[in-house]
Amino acid sequence: MVASTFVEAFRFMPNHFSLLLEKAGETAELAFTALAIALVIALPLGLWLGHKHRGLLLALGISSVGRSLPSVALIGLGIGILGVGFWNNTVALVVLAIPPVLTNTYFAVEGVDPDAVEAARGMGLTETQILTRVELPLGLPLLLAGLRIAAVFVIATATIAGIFGGGGLGDIMARQVTYGLGGVFAAALWVAGLALLTAAALGVAQRAASRRMTPRT
Amino acid sequence: MPSAAAELVFDEATKVYPGREGAAVDHLSLTVPAGEICVLVGPSGGGKTTALKLVNRLIPLTGGDIRIDGTSILDHDLVELRRSIGYVIQQVGLFPHMTIEANIGTVPKLLGRDRKWIRRRVAELLELVGLDPDKDRKRFPAELSGGQRQRVGLARALAANPSLMLMDEPFGAIDPIVRARLQDEFLRLQHELRKTVVFVTHDIDEAIKLGDRIAILREGGRLAQYDTPQRILEQPVDDFVADFVGRDRALKALSLRTLGDLEPTSAAGDGLPRLPAETNLRDALAVLIAEHREALVVVGADGRALGVVKREDLLR
Repeated sequence: MVASTFVEAFRFMPNHFSLLLEKAGETAELAFTALAIALVIALPLGLWLGHKHRGLLLALGISSVGRSLPSVALIGLGIGILGVGFWNNTVALVVLAIPPVLTNTYFAVEGVDPDAVEAARGMGLTETQILTRVELPLGLPLLLAGLRIAAVFVIATATIAGIFGGGGLGDIMARQVTYGLGGVFAAALWVAGLALLTAAALGVAQRAASRRMTPRT
Repeated sequence: MPSAAAELVFDEATKVYPGREGAAVDHLSLTVPAGEICVLVGPSGGGKTTALKLVNRLIPLTGGDIRIDGTSILDHDLVELRRSIGYVIQQVGLFPHMTIEANIGTVPKLLGRDRKWIRRRVAELLELVGLDPDKDRKRFPAELSGGQRQRVGLARALAANPSLMLMDEPFGAIDPIVRARLQDEFLRLQHELRKTVVFVTHDIDEAIKLGDRIAILREGGRLAQYDTPQRILEQPVDDFVADFVGRDRALKALSLRTLGDLEPTSAAGDGLPRLPAETNLRDALAVLIAEHREALVVVGADGRALGVVKREDLLR
């Protein structure tokens, strides 16, 4: 049964390649829009709180609330306000993406070597320069780790948009009657692939960002 | 590219932290003449680091004033003030994501110097602090030893050619052998550059070795004595200072002078220990004690004997 589904899934892929590609594109669009919005909100907030070494409780509070809200419930609620479609799903995913981005950005900046920051301030860097030239580059690896976690969450969860008229690979997964179990499985594999690819790309960026700061042996 | 050293004046400078009893720095008044090294020394809680950080306004003054060449630090733009002062801290605080060159070039870059100027300046400074411009310029801080990092920290503080340097226990985290070498090199540098330097340490021997003047601060940030090392050692104003400089202060005072400062006689020196003229009197005395001798031969830089010095000449 499982084996035959597996075979079916791999037969589905070449036969419906353009469909999968189109749906993967929709999922990616949804996920990356949500990630971008989450970054615009959480990044400046996390940077500012981390730089000021304050608002730990605020950052953690927003994060735990965000994490404990089930996306499905949020989308259900959102239908009443935003209607069915792209934006309703996007909002739910933004809420999902904010916590890891916010907490990691906060701790990335907050945890930068205080001596480097003190030296920078004593040398006459402005607060903005301290943030952009010292704290941000030094915190970048941790910050990117947060972004990676958020990206995996969001891409995986973006499939539920299929149930709520948001399109994407979830659309295939929600229509077993049309595409068969093999189709559902194929779409699931593509979602996993998309998430892993994104995670890998961010992982490369993360390593590049931390490479210089560790001694070369 | 010499910049005139600045005169630094603490005028009743006071720092009180809200919610804390007593002052951290209490009506501190002293003048550091241009081109001299003033060492702030004292027990912990004496407010020496606080006093230092008042100067570049990392800690804001509560009362009184601090003037650099007659202008109050409060009348300077904060960022411009800091860029005009060299700042060195114990943990160095190099930027780990930047090359040595970028670290040293930080302030010149902020001041709008072009790349060529910065490259030249970095090479000049690396040479000055005893590093290899070709080899070390492109390295990262993690690739250097503690002593090398502190040299880079010093070069970075000197980059914009400040007329005033603030140094907060710069050699405190370095092993004794390297520390002594860095101290010697720092003195050699200072001999060349003639900056006004405020130097914080908790080590009285370091203060005596480096300071043109020493300010001893006691608990509560009050100035106990501000004097030359010689006078601090020979005429401590009270028991606190005498205690702080230690029971061996007479010996420490010996270390301030060298055999070259004495007038050797032309007595016969056969079989006596031979010591170079730059040996300090404390070390010379130690040699006499160890070798059970009453006199020694002072030797010049060219290896020729300058004459004989007796034990009692050392102690006079």
